[in-house]
Amino acid sequence: MSDLVVRAEGLRKRFGKTQALDGVDLAMRRGTVLGVLGPNGAGKTTAVRVLATLLRPDEGYAEVAGIDVLKEPARVRRRIGLTGQYASVDEDLTGTQNLVLIGQLLDLPTRDARKRAAELLEWFDLAEAAGRPAKTYSGGMRRRLDLAASLVGHPEVIFLDEPTTGLDPAKREDMWGVVRNQVAQGASVLLTTQYLEEADALADEIVVVNHGRVIAHDDPDGLKRRVGGLTLRVRPADAARVPEVIRVLDAVAAPGTNASSDTAAGARPGAVSVPVKDDLALDVVVPALRRAGVEVVDLGLHLPSLDEVFHSLTDDGDPTASAKEDELV
Amino acid sequence: MTTLDVPVRNITGDIDKPRGGALAALVRHSVALARRSLIKTIRTPEALIDVTLQPVIFLALFTYLFGGAIAGGDRSAYLQFLLPGLLAQSLSMGSIALGQNLNADIEKGVFDRFRSLPVARSAPLVGAVAADVVRYITLTVVMLGFGMLMGFRVQTGFLPTIAALGLAIAFGLSFGWISVWVGMMVRTSGAVQGVMFLLVFPLGFGSNVFVATDTLPGWLQAFVHVNPITPLVATIRGLLIGGPVANHLLLTLAWMAGLLIVFVPLALRAYNRRA
Repeated sequence: MSDLVVRAEGLRKRFGKTQALDGVDLAMRRGTVLGVLGPNGAGKTTAVRVLATLLRPDEGYAEVAGIDVLKEPARVRRRIGLTGQYASVDEDLTGTQNLVLIGQLLDLPTRDARKRAAELLEWFDLAEAAGRPAKTYSGGMRRRLDLAASLVGHPEVIFLDEPTTGLDPAKREDMWGVVRNQVAQGASVLLTTQYLEEADALADEIVVVNHGRVIAHDDPDGLKRRVGGLTLRVRPADAARVPEVIRVLDAVAAPGTNASSDTAAGARPGAVSVPVKDDLALDVVVPALRRAGVEVVDLGLHLPSLDEVFHSLTDDGDPTASAKEDELV
Repeated sequence: MTTLDVPVRNITGDIDKPRGGALAALVRHSVALARRSLIKTIRTPEALIDVTLQPVIFLALFTYLFGGAIAGGDRSAYLQFLLPGLLAQSLSMGSIALGQNLNADIEKGVFDRFRSLPVARSAPLVGAVAADVVRYITLTVVMLGFGMLMGFRVQTGFLPTIAALGLAIAFGLSFGWISVWVGMMVRTSGAVQGVMFLLVFPLGFGSNVFVATDTLPGWLQAFVHVNPITPLVATIRGLLIGGPVANHLLLTLAWMAGLLIVFVPLALRAYNRRA
């Protein structure tokens, strides 16, 4: 059996005037997480819909779990779980009813469907709300129920389309835990995201998509190297001590770079930034600042923003250019 | 979240074959999805207004408003004439909600989940139509019950009555596929209602529901004769208050078959194209 659990070649799909997919190739190894990173309208959702058998591409080939998506969609559907961008739980049904229905549609005997529903509701901290209609759930609870619904059938391949968009940071980390757990259990996860941080936290490999094309496919470290990596930013309480901070940070600067006070447009003056190789820099910087007696009001490691990723990967580098088109795809 | 492990499936046996074969799976999935529709109906009782309050109001309104003028002042005679017809008209109007609900489901993305499951493409539609049986039963029972309170009297017997109601419900299920198709074709559930009213109003009023056909001008009589509501109403009248049935029944059954043959494939094709 192929080591690739998702493979797509030359996918093209046009909606009216919008070329949503313009020749997309994807490859995901079994038992890994592939992050599909891109702005709104990049074609991420369209690609997921093609792989999940919801949409036929105009051109191209795709296989999931070694099965041709276009020729044998029914067999693919028995092996995948899908959680869409908008929580697609049934609001009038209770949590239990939602999951039991999915189980029945997956041909589980009703007793097993109930058991599986109870197990998932427990796991997703929804046991207490299990008997309430989903319309009474908070946004985070709906997302969890939606994710639970995609796991009812123990899928081999899980597609998550922006699973954490709109969630607060703590809920986001919960979701990440679920993804890691599923991978530890042997599943493979393809997730789309607009957050570089999320892709970095979860993905073994990252595909960057823009305007319906793959513009980069790399592991997170490789991608970070290409776009400039981590930045350590320190803001002393007293702006007069900026020069001292610069001296401290220079010691941990990534090769070929040095620390500088922030001059970026919109940045408040008085902070110092330095590109660093990894978070070990903190072990050096924090004691050094203490020794120097510099009081710090803000200190943090920052990944390059999605904007910066696009600036460095594309010439036009305008990730918002096609935001409007996403409504269609 | 707890750390309880949820293991991935141990693949045993052939997971590619639906349990009990494709047809059994279609029935099972449609029943599961029909149950979903019923739960939704029960959770929103106001969604039953069109099969409870509305037909009752229509029955009272038309009987007391038109009864005096149309049947020579004999309201109870007009009620006998009107109720079977209004039953058919209310059924055709009751089918509108079906297309609206399906349209809303698709817009909300609920159907994306169903479509990503190994379920026959037709199951969500078949399930929704099947769930409407409960609404139509409600409609016929409410209408006949309220009609009897107003003075309607069945002139035939128990079995013809059951046959009349059963035929009415079966017709509603066939007619409902038009609503399903419209629900797949137009963008919003409000538009479903608009389009369906354009169809249901001429069919309901341009028929033998309210007045005897021979009082109408020739061109309108021609329309009434090709209207599928007309033979249905004639059959129900025959079965409830007496009169010839056989020819009307055959024509009604032919119409039902025709509706299914045309609109089931149209609805399925439109569903597959959508999203």
